Amino acid sequence: MEHKHSEKKMNVRLKIWRQEGPKTPGKFEEFSLSDILTDMSFLEMLDVLNEKLIHEGKRPVEYESDCREGICGTCSLMISGQAHGPNRGATTCQLYMRSFDNNELITIEPWRAKSFPVIRDLVTDRSSFDRIISAGGYVSVKTGPHADANAILVAKDLSDRAMDAAACIGCGACVAACPNASASLFTSAKITQFALLPQGHPERSRRAIRMVDQMDKEGFGSCSNLQECEAACPKKISIQNITIMKQEYLKAAIAADFRAGMGSADGGA
Amino acid sequence: MVPFKRLFSSSLGRKYLMGASGLALVLFILVHLLGNLTFYSHNGDATNAYSAKLHSLGLLLVVAEWGLFAVIILHIYMAFQVTYRSKVARPIGYDSLKSKGGPTKSNVTTRNMIYTGIVLLVFLIIHLKQFRFGPDLEDGYTATVNGVMVDDVYRVGVETFQNVGWVAFYVFSMFFLGFHFRHGFWSMFQSLGALNPRWSKPIHAMGLIIAILMAVGFLGIPIYLHVTQGGVQ
Repeated sequence: MEHKHSEKKMNVRLKIWRQEGPKTPGKFEEFSLSDILTDMSFLEMLDVLNEKLIHEGKRPVEYESDCREGICGTCSLMISGQAHGPNRGATTCQLYMRSFDNNELITIEPWRAKSFPVIRDLVTDRSSFDRIISAGGYVSVKTGPHADANAILVAKDLSDRAMDAAACIGCGACVAACPNASASLFTSAKITQFALLPQGHPERSRRAIRMVDQMDKEGFGSCSNLQECEAACPKKISIQNITIMKQEYLKAAIAADFRAGMGSADGGA
Repeated sequence: MVPFKRLFSSSLGRKYLMGASGLALVLFILVHLLGNLTFYSHNGDATNAYSAKLHSLGLLLVVAEWGLFAVIILHIYMAFQVTYRSKVARPIGYDSLKSKGGPTKSNVTTRNMIYTGIVLLVFLIIHLKQFRFGPDLEDGYTATVNGVMVDDVYRVGVETFQNVGWVAFYVFSMFFLGFHFRHGFWSMFQSLGALNPRWSKPIHAMGLIIAILMAVGFLGIPIYLHVTQGGVQ
């Protein structure tokens, strides 16, 4: 059997960000690899590089990955200025070396944002996203017997839109690609997936306020409606979610103000 | 407590204010353009009559001018706030940052609204000095409209645009008005959360049409006056 296509090989030049730790300044380091299979995934190419570095007694390049099938949101590389590389609707682990030219210089950087501090090399601390979720990205449920299926009816169009928002894997590409390092797309997707569903309605006000407040507290930038986030999102999440977040927050903040005027201490609740 | 304090101290709140003040400025500039179309008439009567009508509004005009001033200050203040916070949010920049295309609206003008805005601010200051605080009745710039002596603002325009340098400056500035509008018009609806997916594309397209109409409408005036009235002293 012929495997002509998979035997194609290429040379790669890499310019990779190296940084010892969060407090130490980083710098770029250049590497070259030869005989890389064009059908290798981008992360497999990095594995080859790391094998080589380990054999040479050097410190391997730290990067994150987990599922390697585009669903976990762990891999996170800025590849030649594009979050998750050149392909739309794909994560770094879904990127193959055939997307690059032979001898092309590929620059690899970590997500760059104050709220995503570098831990080492290409690994960033994205726990700011977890804190945004903890602030309100959930639905409180009573434990106990299972509720009847379809006891609460949901319109098909709304469930579809909620599902589209829920496709967010929290990788942080939206922040990485945004010229302002804004987390609006992430936060809005997490607000919208509940705001559109009846199960999410009882807590929608406080959810919008607490999640937006947490997003601001984490130090993300402001949205300037450039839609770079949607272009970079591996799940192609629409900025329509940001519109819904704006509506949810506006309604919630005004309502909270009225409630505060009536003597409720927790404006958000 | 300050009403709606939370609303306006958040990142979203700043954008609501940006969008709302932008909307007010768009409406003002539209009305301003409509008034300025009188400059395209064959003499100054229409312009001076329009100017006299505005002046006759008295207190209403004062309120409108101060209101406009407040809106402009708010828009500028929020613009610097938003820009500053975004710079702080990414202390170390990328070696390169490249768009993936697709739905993106990112280009050199949309990413640099702050700079097109600064050009417009400089323009505004010079424009106000030339026209709003320029020569008037007391300086002998008088015209007669329906038998009443009024400001000859038309003459101020004609004299200003005899200078080809001012024509160039106004035309240059109006290109920046166009760029600012092109992103700003759609953006203000998005910032206010007032777009649904069905309107998004038409409004973005409308932004382009309005940006071109505004820029061309305004920048045509200095060119028109220079060409038709350039030789008149």
